[in-house]
Parts: sequence; structure tokens; C-alpha cells
Amino acid sequence: MIMNIQNYVRPQSLEEAYTLNQNRRSRIIGGMLWLKMGRGTVSTAIDLCDLGLDTIEETQDQFSIGAMVTLRQLELHKGLNDYTQGAMAQSVQDIVGVQFRNLATLGGSLWGRFGFSDVLTMFLAMDTWVELYKGGILPLERFASMKHDRDILVRVIVKKAPGRFVYRAMRNQRTDFPVLTCALSRLEGEYRAVLGARPGRAMVIRDSGGLLSEGITGESAAAFAAFAAETVPTGGNLRGSAAYRTHLIRVLTQRSLLELGGME
Amino acid sequence: MMEIKLKLNGRNVSSHIDPGLLLIDFLRDQGCFSVKRGCETSNCGLCTVLLDGKPVLSCSVLAARAAGHHVQTLEGLQEEAAEFVGFIADQGADQCGFCNPGFVMNTIALLRENPNPTDDEIRSYLAGNLCRCSGYDGQLRGIRGFLDSRGKK
Repeated sequence: MIMNIQNYVRPQSLEEAYTLNQNRRSRIIGGMLWLKMGRGTVSTAIDLCDLGLDTIEETQDQFSIGAMVTLRQLELHKGLNDYTQGAMAQSVQDIVGVQFRNLATLGGSLWGRFGFSDVLTMFLAMDTWVELYKGGILPLERFASMKHDRDILVRVIVKKAPGRFVYRAMRNQRTDFPVLTCALSRLEGEYRAVLGARPGRAMVIRDSGGLLSEGITGESAAAFAAFAAETVPTGGNLRGSAAYRTHLIRVLTQRSLLELGGME
Repeated sequence: MMEIKLKLNGRNVSSHIDPGLLLIDFLRDQGCFSVKRGCETSNCGLCTVLLDGKPVLSCSVLAARAAGHHVQTLEGLQEEAAEFVGFIADQGADQCGFCNPGFVMNTIALLRENPNPTDDEIRSYLAGNLCRCSGYDGQLRGIRGFLDSRGKK
């Protein structure tokens, strides 16, 4: 094993977990999928598995999703998929394989704020809030731009604002990292395009210029897609160049908008 | 060192382990050599085992996390596997055979969850099992052959 773990603890309270996590050599292990790729010594591996954070609770107004809920639970949850018209399952179903998704946690995925994250892209398209043990409840969009600290992500809250959602991603090969991720939503009349794997962290684009104010047509979708492609910075890596990603932003945004408008 | 107790293929096991020991290494120490070490980057599915009935990558789980749970490997699921592995072998789909235990374990999980999958559902469920010999069509034909034969009974 590359990472050396000296102690393993299952805290019985969030306070215990938080206290343990203040040591900079401690780590909350989440699904452990990325952590195990790291090097160095972990003095205490903190496993939140005994804290009951592995459930999705649905009420009339919101979903409350524990940080230890797996991506596979998100994929199969009827309420989340009904609310997102299947976009939730769409966003995670090509992440490696079922075995991986049975381990990877929502908390780990969002806490990492990974550039390649399908999960961050999808959740930014919804009215999503994160609950931090010490930091309280804050919008995911703000959390996504914060630096890592030693707080604990306890749960994720998705408010059931009336909306429509579409999720698309471009992969060179199924189960690979995405070359680009794209989530489109219309939440209480507000259009939101979220572009991730740029390869930087996902960012939210709103229709500040009113390009979609008259609704989605072929022309307005093309105009908004061009606006997104001009606005979102891209970069190159081994999966695709910056120019290719900018092209993909235009194509995926336009197609997603047309699907959102029932035109594709 | 720490002590863990878990159920392995139906029998109670307790052991003193290093806190950083991975489940794959624990299982191989217990004589479960069907659990293969492949990519070690959580991508290939060779090390698939069932943890409380769900397929997981044993290269990416601490043995300590499995404490208090039930782990099943191919050694404990011979009968269930025997129903369909002959169909996969008949297609020449196992070739070098190294990926085969992972494929079989995940196929068991698939058929428990969805006893009558479509071809697309089979492909989708087994997408996390990599094979570098066969190109996957043999495995698909084998599982399809098993499902079709079952329908004829």
C-alpha cells in the first residue's frame, strides 16, 4: 500500500470526528478511492460509517443526503431521479463501474471539489446546500470555491425548487474521466449551465444577458451556447485540448438546452 | 495492530491486522486466492467481492471497514457461479482467466439485482470489469446464453 495508515477510528459522534480531524495528519476516509492513491503517512484514518450518514431522506420540500451516501444510492434513488427527470442517474452512471460507485461517497466527491467531477457538476445545477459541522449550512456554489479546511461535510441538502434538468458528458471511452461535463437546469425560471472537467472545477453560467428570456428556440439555444463557450475558460490535458473543450461546451450546452426545451 | 471480527463466506473470522491493511490483502491472507490484484487504481474490477451483498473493489476498502460485515468471495459462491460460468467458458470468453473471478462476482451481483437484464443492462453493469483478452463480446454472449437457456426450462 502506498499510503501508510497508523490508526483507524470509527467515531461515535461528529464532535469526536471533528476533534480527531484537527490533527493535520488525520484524514476522513470517505469512500477511500482517491485517498488510497496518495502517498505519505496518515496518523488516524477517520471512518464516518457509524454516524448514520448513509441515508437519503426526502420530504415535500427537500432531499437531505448524508455525506456517506454512495454514488450508487444516488443512481438508484427514485425520488432524486423523478425530481431530476433521470439526470441524477445520468450524471453518475459512467463513473468507472458499479463496484466503484458502491464505495464512492457523495461527501468525498463534493469535498474533493475535483475538476473532473460529474457529481459536482450535477449538484451545482440544483438548489444545493452543504452542511458543514462547524461552518453551518451554505450554498454549494460558495463551498465549491472555498479552500479545503479541517471541517466535516455532514450532509447535502437539495431543495425541491420546481425545475427541469439535463445532464450530458463527453468521454473518450465509457468509464474514463470525462473530457467535459455539462448540466443544464431551469430552476424557478432561472437558467443555469454548469460546465466541468474544463479540466478545472465546474463553474456555473447564468443567463445574465437575457438570451433565453423569450424561451428556448433553436436560435436562442445557439446564442446561449456561444455565450457559454466564450465565457468559460478551458485548458488542455491528455484527454483533450482547450480548443476541443471550448467546442464541446458549445455543442453540449446547445444540445442540452434543446433537450431542456423539449426540442431534442 | 487492531482486532477485527467479520463474517467471511458464512464463517466467523477474527484477526489482528495492521490498520492500513486493504481488504484484498486480508482476503488473500485468509486463503481466498480468487481475489486478484489488478490495477490497484480502482478501475479494473479484478478484486471484486461482495460486502453485505454489494459488489465492491476490495483493493479500495480497508479491512478494518469490513469489520462487523459479511464478505463473500468466489470461494463461497461456487454453487451460484456454477449456474452460468460454463456458458461463459463455452464462448471462450475467459481466455487467460485472470479477470474471470471479478467478472463472475459482478455477474452474480447483477443477476441478484436484476434477474432478467437486457444486453445494455449487462454491458452497463459489467462496465467496471476490464478484460484485456476478449473484447467483452464473449462474456456478453455467455451470459445471454445462460439467460436464454433458463427461459427455455
